Amino acid sequence: MSGPKYPGFDTLSLHAGAAPDPATGARATPIHFTSSFAFKSSEHAASLFNMERAGHVYSRISNPTNAVLEERIAALEGGVAGIATASGQAAMHLGLCTIAGAGSHIVASRALYGGSHNLLAYTLKRFGIETTFVDPRDVDAWRAAIRPNTKVLFGETLGNPGLDVLDIPQIAALAHEHHLPLMLDSTFTTPYLLRPFEHGADLVFHSATKFLCGHGTAIGGLLVDGGTFDWQAAYDKTGRFAELCEPYDGFHGMVFAEESTVAPFALRARREGLRDFGAVMSPHNAFAILQGIETLGLRMDRHVANTRKIIDFLLANPAVDAVSYPELPSHPDYALAKTLLPKGAGGVFTFRLRGDRAAGQRFVDSLKIFSHLANVGDAKSLVIHPASTTHFRVPDEQLEKAGITQGTMRLSVGLEDADDLIEDLARSLKLSQKGA
Amino acid sequence: MLFTIENTTAYCYTGGKPYNPSQPTAVFIHGAQNDHSVWALQTRYFAHHGWNVLAVDLPGHGRSLGTAKDNVAELARWILAVLDAAGAARAMLIGHSMGSLIALEAAFLAPDRVSHLAMLGSTYPMKVSPALLETALKDEQAAIDMVNIWSHSSIAQKPSFPGPGFYAMGGARRLKQRIAALNPAHVFHTDFFACNAYANGEIAAASVHCPTLFIFGARDMMTPPKSTRLLTEAITHGSVVQVDSGHELMAEQPDAVLDALFAFAQTAAA
Repeated sequence: MSGPKYPGFDTLSLHAGAAPDPATGARATPIHFTSSFAFKSSEHAASLFNMERAGHVYSRISNPTNAVLEERIAALEGGVAGIATASGQAAMHLGLCTIAGAGSHIVASRALYGGSHNLLAYTLKRFGIETTFVDPRDVDAWRAAIRPNTKVLFGETLGNPGLDVLDIPQIAALAHEHHLPLMLDSTFTTPYLLRPFEHGADLVFHSATKFLCGHGTAIGGLLVDGGTFDWQAAYDKTGRFAELCEPYDGFHGMVFAEESTVAPFALRARREGLRDFGAVMSPHNAFAILQGIETLGLRMDRHVANTRKIIDFLLANPAVDAVSYPELPSHPDYALAKTLLPKGAGGVFTFRLRGDRAAGQRFVDSLKIFSHLANVGDAKSLVIHPASTTHFRVPDEQLEKAGITQGTMRLSVGLEDADDLIEDLARSLKLSQKGA
Repeated sequence: MLFTIENTTAYCYTGGKPYNPSQPTAVFIHGAQNDHSVWALQTRYFAHHGWNVLAVDLPGHGRSLGTAKDNVAELARWILAVLDAAGAARAMLIGHSMGSLIALEAAFLAPDRVSHLAMLGSTYPMKVSPALLETALKDEQAAIDMVNIWSHSSIAQKPSFPGPGFYAMGGARRLKQRIAALNPAHVFHTDFFACNAYANGEIAAASVHCPTLFIFGARDMMTPPKSTRLLTEAITHGSVVQVDSGHELMAEQPDAVLDALFAFAQTAAA
């Protein structure tokens, strides 16, 4: 029987969660710059506070502009709920700390963004949450690292900066075999290139600052609950996730898994984590990120097309020792990328410059269109030297394991004319080799 | 709250409050391939405003064990058994879609035990196309997606369900998938079969004397308002509320549905 179809990606990018404003008719989502929302009556106030009715109370817990963004990312990911946070780091922290606490353990890929590594290796450890880092390609290492107190398996869809493609179906199956959820940082891929829930992941977060916003104008994070993980079943079998399956003293004895069969995680993350940690997104930033998401599909296609042209150029340039991109047969995850990333492996990649550290400095300093800064996913092209910036706190031994050398350069390819970008790179590569 | 009905575990969500024998009781009955959680924005309010709430998971759905029943009358008797187990002599019965037929049949079987009847997203006869019945049997995921799309009138209903930041259509899809995962025995097909086969609606409706409320979604494609005349003409004393919604009206218009239900609950019982 042929049936109806869900709206497509671009339609959801423009419309999910948003309708013309009922009060004014405004077609764009208004920025609701207000800390709080007036109650209709004392009785209405009490029912909102007690989750008897849905609505907004205070913008740390929810805000109409943020809600549009949250519902839109949930729709685009194929999930059940989104939560907008102050940054990608805040989304990661909120996601982990909703289910982990002192005495908990996390198994994480060792190919992570430096900031994520810091949070896991140092900061959460200070609060009693331990992490074991494993080679993301070694499923036996993931399995061996799981302990009775493990709460979640954690990785990146594309490792930063080596672009290790996580075998999501395999790691998700392992997680589920142990009644654990798989949580992924999907910043580099966005839901346009990869929808992790369709491959078995359970929780996803983004640094929305990057491709989702797309303009380098707003810091923000988005945590998405796929609604796929059966927390109650895991609790019944292992005793884990009492946070979701037993009465919570911090909210009138609420049992989140009874309130919502599929989204107890999102309920608790908002009702506890946003309320108490308070790392909420500004409605202004939510608006900026919504503007970016409206064109996400169009932009990602251009990011990928430009990246492919630049890689072709770099592969033929004598100043370049190697290029690492999952679409190249030389990349260890080439076959996996073909399966998981058929639309493209994104707009970020690394290459190894021939020469010493000084050559790298000459290269970066000679670029005119590429901006030297610590970000990715901007409409404008960006460059950075990971070993001295984003990953400078990571020990050399771990850097090497993550595929980073002193000559590694990370490019985030923007939306400019590809010929102009290639010309900029060609000139700077030539200059980098002078005096070598 | 767990009961043992027909030697099998039956689950009822109580809205976060313990059952209090001195209070009136409202029984919420979900529709096909759903569970108690579809009533989240009605039940919790009732429970905190003087009512016992028994939001059931029907047999074979969600947390209630056993086999899903393909017969509305059997399901109605099961609801009456829940009342027995809870110690509720009478109750307000509130049903959505398939649940509305179960509530209607329970009111027919035991009129003395039903104080009020509320039928949401209802119609009679509740015919399911042979094509959808077959799809539910052969490709449950496809049937879930069809019904999920037909059941929502918008991808931007506010304040969303069960609250801001939740994507109602995504949540409804996952819930139906979860029901299928918990019970792989073709629950959706069984539920549709029960709806399709129910043939006592006219007789049952003609027997109803308790206060009755119909809540229909103006944009409901599953049970369109224009198809409800047989019910509304049989229960002439029933009142009708129409909300701007598709078939998932408790999620798409939670406040309007709650307000209509709670106002109705204040009317004198039969």
